[in-house]
Amino acid sequence: MSTMTMSGALNAGLRAALTADPKVVLMGEDIGALGGVYRITDGLQREFGPRRVMDTPLAESGILGTAVGLAYRGYRPVCEIQFDGFVYPAFDQIVSQVARMHARTNGAVRLPITIRIPVGGGIGSAEHHSDSPEAYFAHTPGLRVVSVADPQDAYDLLQDAIACDDPVLFFEPKRRYHLKGEVDTGRSRPAALGTARVVRKGSDATVVTFGGLVQVALAAADAAADEGVSLEVIDLRSLAPIDWVTVAASVRRTGRVVVTHEAPESAGLGAELAAGITERCFSYLEHAPVRVTGFDIPYPPSKLEKHHLPDLDRLLDGVDAALGRPSSYEDEA
Amino acid sequence: MSHAVAAPRASRTPDSDPALRGAIRILTPAGERRDDPEYGSHVADVGDDELLALYDDMVVVRRIDAEATNLQRQGELALWPPLLGQEAAQIGSARALRSDDFAFTSYRENGVAYCRGVTPAELVPVWRGVTASGWDPYRVGMATPQVIIAAQTLHATGYALGLQYDGSDAAAIAYFGDGATSEGDASEALVFAASYKAPVVFFCQNNHWAISEPVSLQSGSSLAGRAAGFGVPSVTVDGNDVLAVLAVTRAALARARAGGGPSFIEAVTYRMGPHTTADDPTRYRDPEELEAWRRLDPIDRLAAHLSARGVLTDERRAAVTAHAAEVAHEMRAACTGLPEPDPMSLFEHVYTTPHPGIERQKARYARYLDSFEDAR
Repeated sequence: MSTMTMSGALNAGLRAALTADPKVVLMGEDIGALGGVYRITDGLQREFGPRRVMDTPLAESGILGTAVGLAYRGYRPVCEIQFDGFVYPAFDQIVSQVARMHARTNGAVRLPITIRIPVGGGIGSAEHHSDSPEAYFAHTPGLRVVSVADPQDAYDLLQDAIACDDPVLFFEPKRRYHLKGEVDTGRSRPAALGTARVVRKGSDATVVTFGGLVQVALAAADAAADEGVSLEVIDLRSLAPIDWVTVAASVRRTGRVVVTHEAPESAGLGAELAAGITERCFSYLEHAPVRVTGFDIPYPPSKLEKHHLPDLDRLLDGVDAALGRPSSYEDEA
Repeated sequence: MSHAVAAPRASRTPDSDPALRGAIRILTPAGERRDDPEYGSHVADVGDDELLALYDDMVVVRRIDAEATNLQRQGELALWPPLLGQEAAQIGSARALRSDDFAFTSYRENGVAYCRGVTPAELVPVWRGVTASGWDPYRVGMATPQVIIAAQTLHATGYALGLQYDGSDAAAIAYFGDGATSEGDASEALVFAASYKAPVVFFCQNNHWAISEPVSLQSGSSLAGRAAGFGVPSVTVDGNDVLAVLAVTRAALARARAGGGPSFIEAVTYRMGPHTTADDPTRYRDPEELEAWRRLDPIDRLAAHLSARGVLTDERRAAVTAHAAEVAHEMRAACTGLPEPDPMSLFEHVYTTPHPGIERQKARYARYLDSFEDAR
């Protein structure tokens, strides 16, 4: 065990993957000498050479399309998209090619591509640097979508994603890159890909979240505990597929659920969660699922993002709604 | 009220076609074989026997194309993208490939598929709508055809990069059309291939039409000329001259194998048929233009050459025609004999390993279908 930041754990995870499998290649903009704009690939090109850690031209579709060809040839590309808002130029290659190739070839061609994306807001960035695009990809058959929230999961799940023969979108909440935690690099734990994790036990309501908001949910649970409310917090980790067994078991116990994410509300992952929970837990629910999300607006200028992003108080407001207490959710048609 | 009548679209006959000016040509339209100082040596070994084999390929592929078009007209196929007129471009280039080379093509390259060893029976199931893929790409060295225009140019580039990493002297080849050159992916592929010196050949069939849009709408300059801006050497070839196409493709592959990086070939040809069986070119194309290109028919050209040399006898012609008919018959029989796909196959291969969401929907749909047991 050693103490690592999430960025350090990701770097260690990439190093372990590069060491374990000579077919693993990293591709991205500025990931070589610079080590990536967030330094996640720091030192890796020096260690593994420019073929294993490739700086690419500034073309996201080019990165993904070239990764498809490399994977076709038996390689295991790990692509870094520099910022969340830069993934859209690669959208066609991801949705039309990466996601479908295994089905299109009746299983003959596997594309074990991992697409790492720093996501989310909270760091005062310029436009196109704070998006949460998970719903586009969670909606796309053929993709797996992972979001990590702490250093241990960052280390483990990144290696799981790279080892997976399906393409994986791997979301890294950039405002948690400096979050520290103990990391066991022994790889003795079972593979976590596809599973959620209960990060705090509770009995009055379940908060389902992922990525950067897990820390917010834990802080909200502390605050609620001071008021005598016991919150259970689930870190989804896998956004596609969703681990419904873990989610439903919790909600059936608590009878109340708040789902929260940074992305806009409409047709977001919270909608899928609310529907899926209702289908599975209808007779256990004491209240309709409550969503606490970013607004249905383009990501705002940084001085306004504190209003847009769910924080501790907005989350507790949602918890009040789920508990049937006075909240801003009252009087809605 | 009277309407202004639009001037008829200026017809571009082959004689005045700027794309053909300066194109490498070894067989003249009359079927005379001339040497080419730069590329002639690449086909010096190609004699009558080899040319007869290319003739057989072209006739068979045209017959496959006609049979598939008929199958569509008879309701046996949902759609078919004819390659009529592009036989020399496809056969000449594909016959330059080695078995360990890899082709990434669009949906019109049925001639390339034939040369790669895709059986006629494997060509039609996708167009009948019974499966997503007709063949295993790794068995034949050819990816399943790409529908998203130009997406495969990047796949070929990445595959070529993998070949380079493996220390192989094989190459990748990307087939795409004139319309595809407008897509961003085509430009990105040229950028990536040039940066990494990837052993890839960009083979552009300029067939003059992207559905209803003439090539002049895609580019104000020659398509091959664009490659220079990316640092990729290029050549324009008469795409209806199978020998010249073979020569320039061999040269490009040799460059790739020797570590010289990517090349761009513009094969100037003509789509004599519709874009697909769903298209009606009479709405946008001058019939005179079609007639002018018909006089440059790639099969007639090779036939004229071989006849003049006395090797394409009536007997030989009949044998080739019989071979083509046999292949067409095999394809038709395979097509009409295809079983209805199993509804449960919907859920196969979406992921490489079991997926709880898919399993849940599959189980539910199976129960739903079972509820009709009595009705069936």
